Amino acid sequence: MPSLENIANFIHNWLYTTFNATVALLLEFTIVAILVIGLFSVLGLVLIFMERKVSAYMQVRLGPNRVGPKGIFQTVADTLKLMVKEGMTPNNADKFLFNLAPFIVMTAAMLILAPLAFAKNFQIWDINIGVLFVTAISSVSVIGILMAGWASNNKYSLLGAMRSGAQIVSYELSAGLSIITIVVLSESLKISTIIESQANGWWIFKGHIPAIIAFVIFIIAVTAETNRAPFDLAEAESELTAGFHTEYSGMKFALFFLAEYVNIFIVCVIGATLFLGGWMPLHFGTNTTFNEMMDYIPSSLWLFGKTFFLIFVIMWFRWTFPRLRIDQLLNLEWKYLLPISMINLLLATAMAILGWHF
Amino acid sequence: MYKETDILKESSVEGNLIINIGPQHPSTHGVLHLVVTLNGETIKKVEPHLGYIHRSIEKMCESLSYRQFIYVTSKMDYLSSHINNHGCAMCVEKGLQIEVPPRAQVIRVLMDELTRLSSHQLWWGAMAMDIGALTPFFHAFREREMITSIFEETCGTRLTMNYMVPGGVMADVNTNFQKSVKDFIIHFKNKINEYDELLTGNIIFQNRTKGVGFISKENAISFGCSGPTARGSGVSCDIRKLYPYEVYNQLDFDEILEPGGDCFARYLVRMKEMKQSISIIEQLIDNIPDGDFQAKTKAVLKLPKGEFYSSVESARGEFGVYIVSEGGTTPYRIKFRSPGFSNLSALDFMSREGKIGDLIAIMGSLDLVIPDIDR
Repeated sequence: MPSLENIANFIHNWLYTTFNATVALLLEFTIVAILVIGLFSVLGLVLIFMERKVSAYMQVRLGPNRVGPKGIFQTVADTLKLMVKEGMTPNNADKFLFNLAPFIVMTAAMLILAPLAFAKNFQIWDINIGVLFVTAISSVSVIGILMAGWASNNKYSLLGAMRSGAQIVSYELSAGLSIITIVVLSESLKISTIIESQANGWWIFKGHIPAIIAFVIFIIAVTAETNRAPFDLAEAESELTAGFHTEYSGMKFALFFLAEYVNIFIVCVIGATLFLGGWMPLHFGTNTTFNEMMDYIPSSLWLFGKTFFLIFVIMWFRWTFPRLRIDQLLNLEWKYLLPISMINLLLATAMAILGWHF
Repeated sequence: MYKETDILKESSVEGNLIINIGPQHPSTHGVLHLVVTLNGETIKKVEPHLGYIHRSIEKMCESLSYRQFIYVTSKMDYLSSHINNHGCAMCVEKGLQIEVPPRAQVIRVLMDELTRLSSHQLWWGAMAMDIGALTPFFHAFREREMITSIFEETCGTRLTMNYMVPGGVMADVNTNFQKSVKDFIIHFKNKINEYDELLTGNIIFQNRTKGVGFISKENAISFGCSGPTARGSGVSCDIRKLYPYEVYNQLDFDEILEPGGDCFARYLVRMKEMKQSISIIEQLIDNIPDGDFQAKTKAVLKLPKGEFYSSVESARGEFGVYIVSEGGTTPYRIKFRSPGFSNLSALDFMSREGKIGDLIAIMGSLDLVIPDIDR
């Protein structure tokens, strides 16, 4: 059966037998870059369309339904519009930083893709500190946001950027701690090992209460980290018009917009990998017929299914909850989520040492 | 008057940041301009600037006859045109001592309560949107659509109706009116519980509104607040109860008072008022008396020399009309007491030492309609 693993191996072998090692490596780099950019564009289109349809469904509307069948080309049309729009730079803005900021946000999002496993043995770079790499790189994007807010020379942007800085830095702590919970349980930082450790059951089932608490905290924290409602204080449409990207237009705005959706995708992939077994199919004990049927579904579909389920949950949040206030947001993190995740980590560690998990 | 030098003086204070919210801003619902002095996220001062939508309606009314000037008032508080027209028609009737036929009285009350419902529905959606929940807005508009359709059936317009005239109403209600209203009431009675489930019980919403924008009973009175804003502080000020007009004294309904004084109390007042309006409509819809819909009046109305004042309870508070007549066919001077203006004056007091998010929540809870504030 052709799987992503076989295709990747075939290309790898063919390149290395046809060209010498350096050229083959360069070609592989190019292929990966093209794939990543392609994935980003497709993701942008799919997720924005999905968001519009999900919100329309929740808001008793129809959503886009004119361009193409069921409106699926609406986002393409919007992207074209953004491309031909003039990318304005305000007069008194810091032009260098203003134009650099969207690329930093975008590059940070691209880098996180490297250690993620999209299917069985289908991974760009199976680095042995994969989880650490992900947490480290995800903190870089806040620099881009702060830069955008500061360089715009706009008070709304500045307020948005400062909110965003406080928010992302705070929520990274509990996101990190809930990731460490799984690292403790699976005894590895390497993404492929973490997934292998879930072969006999996903961590959310195997890890008892600590894993479930960690999962809930992870979802809350990443919603805040990606600046999504109810934690969208950096944008806060009704308060700060558009927050840190008020002054951006055209493709520069589109990059921020795209980065937001790609970040949602990435955090959901991480959540699916750590808690829901990544590309591992759903298995129930010794029920072999059921397990074999589940195995028949391709591993990439498993990962994307889990990811899109999590994305749907995050979209669901956005269209039902009101927004928190900045002090409530920070209280929630420092007074509730952080202590809970610390105690939870202790519990998980004790559990891992005593071997109480399955 | 705000001078440029003031801005310079205040921004030179260490740590202060002056930010303009409006006149083009998503949460000012119109062209309200707030000059906000901030220290970080904390609000030090809020100064509303008016005049962006000033149309000098009061002056225009001086050159219009007593039949004509009522039409202009629909454009003041565009969410409660019926109630505005009602207030003006009542003031003219007071001057001419016209007795309004019972059928017209009941139709007027029905229209007023439908207007109050539609206005509160829009407020509910808009306040939720200010606080960051986008979905309620669409749900609110789904129900509001039914009311605007009822208005369209009878009055021909959906937003700025001109239905109340001196002596009664302009035309009889549509034959389908009773059925449409009953259908709407059945539909809305379920939906209002859905509103509560979606927003009222939400923990984030309660945290955002409880204890925010507090104003005590004494201060609410001294700022001249009226309507749900004052009743949220426990001030009894419902014109329908205190100075009953039309058939309100024959109806069984409660004046909603909430002692909280914060945004959540004002929210609850409006939610409960919607239920009261439903009950009023239910009491009247099957009991519309037969008879004329308009009293016989002269073609040209001339108010006797003197001063006349009448007020009605609009969706936002007390709407008063004050006419000074010199005995001619046009008023010598007209003054409108608009509820939004007085309520807005308390905004600075309520939002000091709050956060920017609080300011937006308070503005939502005051239910500001800018053309009503700035005539």
